Amino acid sequence: MKKENIGIIKPQIFKFGNNDALQLDCGKKLENVEICYETYGKLNDKADNAILILHPLSGDAHAAGIRNAEDEKFGWWNEMIGPNKAFDTNKYFMVSSNVIGGCSGSTGPRSINLETGKLYNTDFPVLTIGDMVRAQHKLMQHLKIEKWLSIAGGSMGGMQVLEWAVSYPECMESSIAIATTSRLSPQGIAFDWVGRQAIMNDENWNSGEYYKNSPEGGLSVARMLAHITYLSEESMSEKFGRNLQKTEDYSFGFDKDFAVESYLQYQGNRFVERFDANSYLYITRAIDYFDLSRRTKGDLAKAFEPVNSPMMLISFTSDWLFPPSHSQEIVKALIKNEVDVTYCNVESSYGHDAFLLEVDVLDKLVRGFVDNQYKSNSNE
Amino acid sequence: MNNIQNTLKNRKDLRLMLDLIPDGVKVLDLGCGDGSFLKMLKNTKNVKPIGVENSQNAIIDCIQNGIPVINCDLNNGLKEFPDKSFDIVLLGRTLQAIHRPDDILKEMLRVGDTVVVSIINIGYYKSRFQLLFNGKMPETKTIPYKWYNTPNIHLSTINDFKFLCKSSNIKIIKEIYTNNSITAKLLPNLFAETAVFVIKNDNK
Repeated sequence: MKKENIGIIKPQIFKFGNNDALQLDCGKKLENVEICYETYGKLNDKADNAILILHPLSGDAHAAGIRNAEDEKFGWWNEMIGPNKAFDTNKYFMVSSNVIGGCSGSTGPRSINLETGKLYNTDFPVLTIGDMVRAQHKLMQHLKIEKWLSIAGGSMGGMQVLEWAVSYPECMESSIAIATTSRLSPQGIAFDWVGRQAIMNDENWNSGEYYKNSPEGGLSVARMLAHITYLSEESMSEKFGRNLQKTEDYSFGFDKDFAVESYLQYQGNRFVERFDANSYLYITRAIDYFDLSRRTKGDLAKAFEPVNSPMMLISFTSDWLFPPSHSQEIVKALIKNEVDVTYCNVESSYGHDAFLLEVDVLDKLVRGFVDNQYKSNSNE
Repeated sequence: MNNIQNTLKNRKDLRLMLDLIPDGVKVLDLGCGDGSFLKMLKNTKNVKPIGVENSQNAIIDCIQNGIPVINCDLNNGLKEFPDKSFDIVLLGRTLQAIHRPDDILKEMLRVGDTVVVSIINIGYYKSRFQLLFNGKMPETKTIPYKWYNTPNIHLSTINDFKFLCKSSNIKIIKEIYTNNSITAKLLPNLFAETAVFVIKNDNK
């Protein structure tokens, strides 16, 4: 069966928090919450074919298809979601949820605080991955789904998957956590720190109170830095080498001589068009704070005790931001807890970005896992 | 079930192993291939299976067969597996391809209560004759490689294996051969092509 693209998809908004404010880990409550989400495929009569997709740091609810007829850019996981794709929308009802704190349609620091009538900016409470997942659980109830057939995501999306599995084990038949970790490494925290410093040292940031001129320079530097951590030495050598961008010789100046410089600048420039600086601060902070075993004094197996459904973990050999050893620790904890666990360390030179690029092998792993899960549920 | 029937036809050791596994136990199969043996164990004996593989394609096949599988290089031990987490650990005709067979045996006995392992007997008379009369390293149906490209870097005889068990305080509970002949029973080191051992730690 030929893989197809899903076509035009419109984002939807779910609102809650009028009388059911979201309790946050920091102790505060968030009222009037909006979550942006998209759906692909149809929920069946038994409501047992729903799969939740969770996005990485710079992603959003737009995981597949296009937004309008002129749109040339597909959603961030379009290769995986659609008719006859791994997440086959002929069979499954896919829900892709944005995180709160983001800047792509959900409540975040650039939303209006109804109490003050002004933008939250840095008055917005500091969020955790747990808060994001609690908000998504409200979306699940709103969609009248009792159990996800599976929950899948990579990187920060994978963190959300693990958080879901620990916090709402009764809400899923299975889960897929890709290129992720149960706790961000000190190296990851360090990169996030520098990224945030780039933003906060941009004078346009103005303690988060920017209106006309946003801290684009700082955000762009943060993005460029982060982008390096998504690649690998090998993939950068393959893609750019020491190639010069335009000239045949060095310019003997400080403009973009090398192809790799040009590429990073391009990524930085594109990012500021679609991402907000304050959101970047809040989301990277949530990633920093993520540590499932903190609740169990470092005992990861104990942290994963609630997990009671099959889980598939996938890592990539050249990923040094979320290294395979982190997935292997999770595997060990789950085996100890006698959970059905499947793990593949995919051979790849792409670094962390592999989870978006190694589509062929991901397709096979995910398709096999989800289809089997669906089959075994239908047989019961 | 075609895959598994083909496999069983060519792998008498697996047929022997099948009979050694009780119902409902937790089984870890090292080098489980496409998982079809575990799938059969799951369907016929209701075991709780996990496979170990280091080949990406085999892992994909296992997943399609609905068998949980862990990507792990046996040369690095069984780090992901806690002590005594399985009733039975299987290793079918793979011991000779591991850098340190003695280490993996210890690892298997650490994570499992009972270990079932099959070995290719290089003391089999056909192998001996090739070396003796042709003066060349043996090539047989079970070991169809040249000396320079074989993954089988630690081939042993049945006696070698038994000696290793003795010196490592490993108790042999059961020992059976793929050749059902009287000669194999009398002189296994010479007439058994493959042997299956059930072993445990000797806790004396």
